[in-house]
Amino acid sequence: MRVLVQSESFDAAALTAGFGTGGDAGAVVTFTGLVRGDGGLVALEIEHYPGMTERALADHAQVAKDRFGLTDVLVVHRHGRIGVGQPIMMVATAATHRRAAFEAADFLMDWLKSRAPFWKREIGEGGPRGWVEAKDEDEDALARW
Amino acid sequence: MTLDILYFAWLRERMGVPRERVETQAATVTELVAELIARGERHAAALSDLSAVRVAVDQQLTDLDASLTGAREVAFFPPMTGG
Repeated sequence: MRVLVQSESFDAAALTAGFGTGGDAGAVVTFTGLVRGDGGLVALEIEHYPGMTERALADHAQVAKDRFGLTDVLVVHRHGRIGVGQPIMMVATAATHRRAAFEAADFLMDWLKSRAPFWKREIGEGGPRGWVEAKDEDEDALARW
Repeated sequence: MTLDILYFAWLRERMGVPRERVETQAATVTELVAELIARGERHAAALSDLSAVRVAVDQQLTDLDASLTGAREVAFFPPMTGG
């Protein structure tokens, strides 16, 4: 299990090289989230809670590992200024069968959206535009689990 | 007791500072919020709409009625928007 909270960009392919290849997994799912450039967005500025963020992500990666019987799990989430098209976060899950790997990745994503201590602010061409508001649909998605 | 109070995102902007240290006898987060709001306009602006505020005590997400017994750090922030 590995959790990374960092301002630097990351190479998803490099981070997942060898992931889940110990012989006990039959399926690996990876998901990478990117900054989408809609509405003239230039970048996102992501604030986090140093200390709590790392702990909360590690705790929840463990919850996912136990609940879905994962053989390995990786969670990466960036903070600071991230330009359009750049990666924000990724999860990778390894399990004996594909359904557990897919579901665990989905579960982790729903949790990250509304329970991980990050706050996004939009940066437009004219500068900061405002904080991204939490969506009811993200809360509904989390309630599925 | 002495508590470190942390503010994030727009609560931090309304407060003008990311953290402060307070002396308090508040037994719960709700009592602490009432004390802070009484301190002045900046606190009131940050904490007046509690439906938009989430709280962590010692870096664990909790509720406004949580006890502060033994607590050292309380953080206030808007609903999280990670992922």
